[in-house]
Amino acid sequence: MSSILSVQNLQASINGQQVVEDVTFDVPAQGITALLGRNGVGKTSSIKAILGLIHRDAGTVSLEGQDITSLATHRIVQRGVGYVPEDREVFAGLSVAENLRLSERDENPRRELVESLFPDLVKRAQQPAGTLSGGQQQMVSLARALMNQNRVLLVDEPTKGLAPKIVGEVAEALAEAARTVPILLVEQNLAVVRQLAAGAIVLSDGHVVHTTDSAAEFLADEELVTRYLGVGTATETSTETSAQTSTQTSTQTTAEGAHP
Amino acid sequence: MSTIVLLLITGLGLGAVYFLVASGLSLIYGLMGVLNFAHGAFLTLGALIGWETARLVGADSWGGFALSLLVGCLVGALLAAATEFILIRPLYERHIEQVLVTVGLNLAAIALFEGVWGTDPVFIQGPTWMGMTTEILGAHISNDLFITIPLAGLVLLGLVLFLKKTRYGMIIRAGVENRSMVTALGIDVRRAFTLVFTIGGAVAGLGGVLASHFFGYVSPMLGGSLLIFAFIVTVIGGLGSLAGAAVAAVVVGVLQQFANFYWGVGDFVVVILLAVVLLTRPSGLMGRKVATA
Repeated sequence: MSSILSVQNLQASINGQQVVEDVTFDVPAQGITALLGRNGVGKTSSIKAILGLIHRDAGTVSLEGQDITSLATHRIVQRGVGYVPEDREVFAGLSVAENLRLSERDENPRRELVESLFPDLVKRAQQPAGTLSGGQQQMVSLARALMNQNRVLLVDEPTKGLAPKIVGEVAEALAEAARTVPILLVEQNLAVVRQLAAGAIVLSDGHVVHTTDSAAEFLADEELVTRYLGVGTATETSTETSAQTSTQTSTQTTAEGAHP
Repeated sequence: MSTIVLLLITGLGLGAVYFLVASGLSLIYGLMGVLNFAHGAFLTLGALIGWETARLVGADSWGGFALSLLVGCLVGALLAAATEFILIRPLYERHIEQVLVTVGLNLAAIALFEGVWGTDPVFIQGPTWMGMTTEILGAHISNDLFITIPLAGLVLLGLVLFLKKTRYGMIIRAGVENRSMVTALGIDVRRAFTLVFTIGGAVAGLGGVLASHFFGYVSPMLGGSLLIFAFIVTVIGGLGSLAGAAVAAVVVGVLQQFANFYWGVGDFVVVILLAVVLLTRPSGLMGRKVATA
């Protein structure tokens, strides 16, 4: 499958501290690809480095074959890289409607799509976003990214800290969004990953150690999951197993990953 | 009673001047994280060029006064925009260097102003009516306050409407909360930086002209002496909060007038107030609370 976003030998640092050591991966042009790894391996930092939100020391980022490495963050986003940050980061003092209006950059923003996906936000349009619940704030954050016709979405831990019912709603919204735009998803909830993700990229110690076209197949491999994610497959509550059966999947574990 | 009324209204006038300086400072810090020590230079140049303009047209005419306000505003805006574009923008995210460069610019500007206008205060005049007084509840209130206070109120109203009703206002409010997230929505936040600097400079320039009428003179040091209290107002109000700056400016102005009149310790009381606010509400009266884990 062709890739929409290509990351080559990306290195990044925060205040001189290297947080992304040497990351290379491609995001397929369709569906949801999970970016997995233990806490602190550089998943969020990789996404921020792609967007230029943290300092990139080396490497290239290409969007549909076009090098976007040297562009400022707002230019990268204007090219069609949507972003849903960890911890939502809604503008608390602005109303829901203002948060959404601020995100509109296309001539014809997709208000109808957003309103159909998140009808609750329409009712709360004038409410300050800071007074919403965590789940509602996540809806605002997702809605902001879906308001424009992006080429790829970078979604960082969208279910973090949410109640199980809200996790389901967020997952549904992501599945719906994935019909129109490829998504790179950082997610710790493996049940959600199993439900949504087609492929997976696994990070460890600042490097990509495993890539696969089948996230479900990877998650079914207890040894790999334990080694790279630090959890046993038996410990999870699997709610969806639709992607359990893989067909024509390919997996690749790097030499470094195979011999940690 | 008349003394209290006099102190209240002159305190309100002083607060109005403080607000005109502090509002720009607060917005600039809130959005960009820049402590702009050159803000006083915007005010001083606005006041000096404003006065020169009024003199040329006729200092005692209303036309000269109105033109001086306009020119003061424009000069402050232009100097502020140039400062942001030439000095601040290349130092984006380098806050220490930004502080150093604004301190340096302020010192250089004062030296330049002293070279051109001399070190002595220049006593100014406005339309005859402004030099007269009006009696309110037995207190003789200087008429220039009836211009300064409403104008500061109009500036506050204009800024609030701008922030609430325009897209750039929305960007600035969002940027004050989370600058990097604004850029992550595809918005060039640097344009907002220039705009905020320009607005801050324009309001400071206007404040400079009004301050020179309030104090009755203009001098190269005018901005520097007001800047100290403007910083105090900004911190007490809450960095980045326009409403906080307005409330704090009035509180500081009125308190300073009363303390000066009764005990001669106005400046000291203001510093004590600053200490009390910092100890009890570190984020200021209306500033955002510091996030806790």
